[in-house]
Amino acid sequence: MKENVVIRTVTRILVPFIQVFGLYVIVHGAAGAGGGFQGGVAFAASFILIMIAFGAAEVRRRIDNRGIMCYSVIGICIYCGIGLLCLLYAGNFLELNVIEAALGIPHLHGILIDIVEAGIGITVMAVMISIIYDMADDGGESS
Amino acid sequence: MTLIDQLPIFLIIFPVLAALLILAAGWYDRRFCYPVFLLTVLFQFLLSVFFLFMVMHGGEIRYYVGGWRPPLGIELVIDAFSGFVLATIMLLALATAIYAKKSIDLEIPHEKTVSFYVLFQLLIIGLVGMTVTGDVFNLYVFLEISSIAAYVLIASSRRSFSYVAAFNYLVLGSLAAGFILLGIGNLYVVTGTLNMGELAVFLLESYHLATVHSAFLLLIIGFSIKAAFFPLHLWLPDAYTEAPSAVTVLISTVMAKVSVYALIRFLFSVFTPSYIIETFPVTECILIISAIAIIAGAVLAIAQGDLKRLLAYSSVSQIGYIMFGIGVANQIALEGGLLHILGHALMKGCLFMVAGLIIYRMGTSKLSDMKGISQTMPISCAAFALAGASMIGIPPTIGFISKYYLVLGAFEAGLWIYAAVLLAGSLLAVCYIWRFIEIAYFAGAHDDHRVDNRSTGSREGPVSMLAPMLFLALLCLILGFYVEMVMEVIGPAADLLLGGA
Amino acid sequence: MIDPFFEAFFSRYNYWMAIILMLIGLYALIAKQNLVKKIIGLNIFQTAIFLFYISIAEVSGGTAPIYLPEGPEALYVNPLPHVLILTAIVVGVSITAVALSLIIKIYEEYGTIDQDDLMKVVRGR
Repeated sequence: MKENVVIRTVTRILVPFIQVFGLYVIVHGAAGAGGGFQGGVAFAASFILIMIAFGAAEVRRRIDNRGIMCYSVIGICIYCGIGLLCLLYAGNFLELNVIEAALGIPHLHGILIDIVEAGIGITVMAVMISIIYDMADDGGESS
Repeated sequence: MTLIDQLPIFLIIFPVLAALLILAAGWYDRRFCYPVFLLTVLFQFLLSVFFLFMVMHGGEIRYYVGGWRPPLGIELVIDAFSGFVLATIMLLALATAIYAKKSIDLEIPHEKTVSFYVLFQLLIIGLVGMTVTGDVFNLYVFLEISSIAAYVLIASSRRSFSYVAAFNYLVLGSLAAGFILLGIGNLYVVTGTLNMGELAVFLLESYHLATVHSAFLLLIIGFSIKAAFFPLHLWLPDAYTEAPSAVTVLISTVMAKVSVYALIRFLFSVFTPSYIIETFPVTECILIISAIAIIAGAVLAIAQGDLKRLLAYSSVSQIGYIMFGIGVANQIALEGGLLHILGHALMKGCLFMVAGLIIYRMGTSKLSDMKGISQTMPISCAAFALAGASMIGIPPTIGFISKYYLVLGAFEAGLWIYAAVLLAGSLLAVCYIWRFIEIAYFAGAHDDHRVDNRSTGSREGPVSMLAPMLFLALLCLILGFYVEMVMEVIGPAADLLLGGA
Repeated sequence: MIDPFFEAFFSRYNYWMAIILMLIGLYALIAKQNLVKKIIGLNIFQTAIFLFYISIAEVSGGTAPIYLPEGPEALYVNPLPHVLILTAIVVGVSITAVALSLIIKIYEEYGTIDQDDLMKVVRGR
């Protein structure tokens, strides 16, 4: 009983920091160590910590099964969308130089890569949480 | 820079978008996901046929993802061999997609059908990606994508042993992928590049290094496990038997073949024929093992009591034929091996579709329960007989042509005993095909056929299941007549591989 | 007499460690009876391969491959194998997730996840 109080309090304090760290890792991928997958897993780790401390029902209250699938679809759509956007500017798939050359905004290449990494991070986070959902309890209601 | 130039990436991006579209349609209403699925597979088939024509008339197509030229970027390469395998994959995928509707309604729990179609598209992503990529690490990634989709598809049946069969396949398949990754690492250590074209050039001066030998061995063993080449085939019978019938059709015809495609790519395009014949004579070893595979697979097939298991062991034997073509490694035998890739896909696809229809109608796949089945299901038994004749190698079917080329290639290389082994394999194939034909046509009918209450007494089965089966069986015959048309594609492909491009 | 052996070992110790870990993983995969322990062995096997890749990326005296102000003249560690291993780790995680889901289903279906008992139950059905 006593350890539950310690774990719950520490979790309540730590979860926002873990999420900020996950976002930092995602955004920092272009210029340092980091990237979509690593940041997505760190972000999902915060939800898994909530699940360990408070139970799966708490996490399902925040993101239910439909929400998880929505998030993973959004992430893939961002990736494919930006890739196919480059086709509209007469470049190859994911050739971000042509968008930068066409629109003339400096460093647009880096901004677009960050958006792609964010998309990958969202998908990875959604998939990691859904893996844990399927293994804890009995999977709940899926669509 | 028109849309035609950008089409190669659509081969990979379109299945991704199609999977998302099927998911969205399935959320809206479960009945909508099948039409979306069928339309997307049809579109991908047309795209692949278009690429085959473009390659035949224009030469190979290269596409640089992200605009980065190799060695910095990943490139997609479609040449005659890739185009041929691509068209085969999508033809079988289309036939399975038409076949799958009624079969899946029976064999998979109702709330999982949307996930099933999404996984199907993921499997197609992996297979198509493996075929068109020109970068070895990308090949590994797509191999794993297709394998993971296959593990889950095999486990989605209602039969309880399917979980254990999928687990066995998972363990062996991941081991194989680990070996392949290690082999790719060794190649990277020696040359510093991951592009297939550049590897072929850079490896030429390093053939004496032990690193290259170990990379070669690891890659061969890894791909042999995935292709179910004889002693490493142990995952295959359980996986093919326990999977749902539509899944078995796709996996048996296409998945093992794409692993053979990757093996041929590595053997002939990356390690040029001079390496595999002179520096590290692995072709003789492949010859011996494929001869054993042909005989052992056929012998094990004769001993089975379950129709799907019999066809699974027959697949082991037929993979032996394709590897025999690689082992002899001259132009004619390689053409025979490549033709057998297409021929076996058609024949085995039709045979497994018949098995699936029998399961749909009778609810059983044991041979002893199928006595006299030709009276209730005449069309499927006729299709089985035609595809079986092609499997044995009766002229003028496509099976005969591919075996003819293989035997001719063996004669030209002076391997008389191996030609005898090929013919003995055909004889054993007669034994196991005749088992079914005897039970279906000549044994007395059971009075109490366990007829499923879904079908009426006179109709044999739904048209959506009969049509692809008949189409594949007739293709076996028609492509045997018009084989020059197919050889126009395969001849340049074999030339390309042996010429060391 | 024992000197060449020491030199052959210590000059290439990264390859030796990767191979030893790989064999430990293979041993766990083959010899352990519990299915979850087999999957852990598969993970050790895959981790050993990742170690092999990353160990070949090392350049003596190189710094982390993050762009420094002096630009291309600085000596960086080769970043390509690191990126390849990121992808391979994702693949490994997916395989582990699928394997563990299959084990959960096997347990629900047969009531055991010990390999010998499982084979007995399967044959008994």
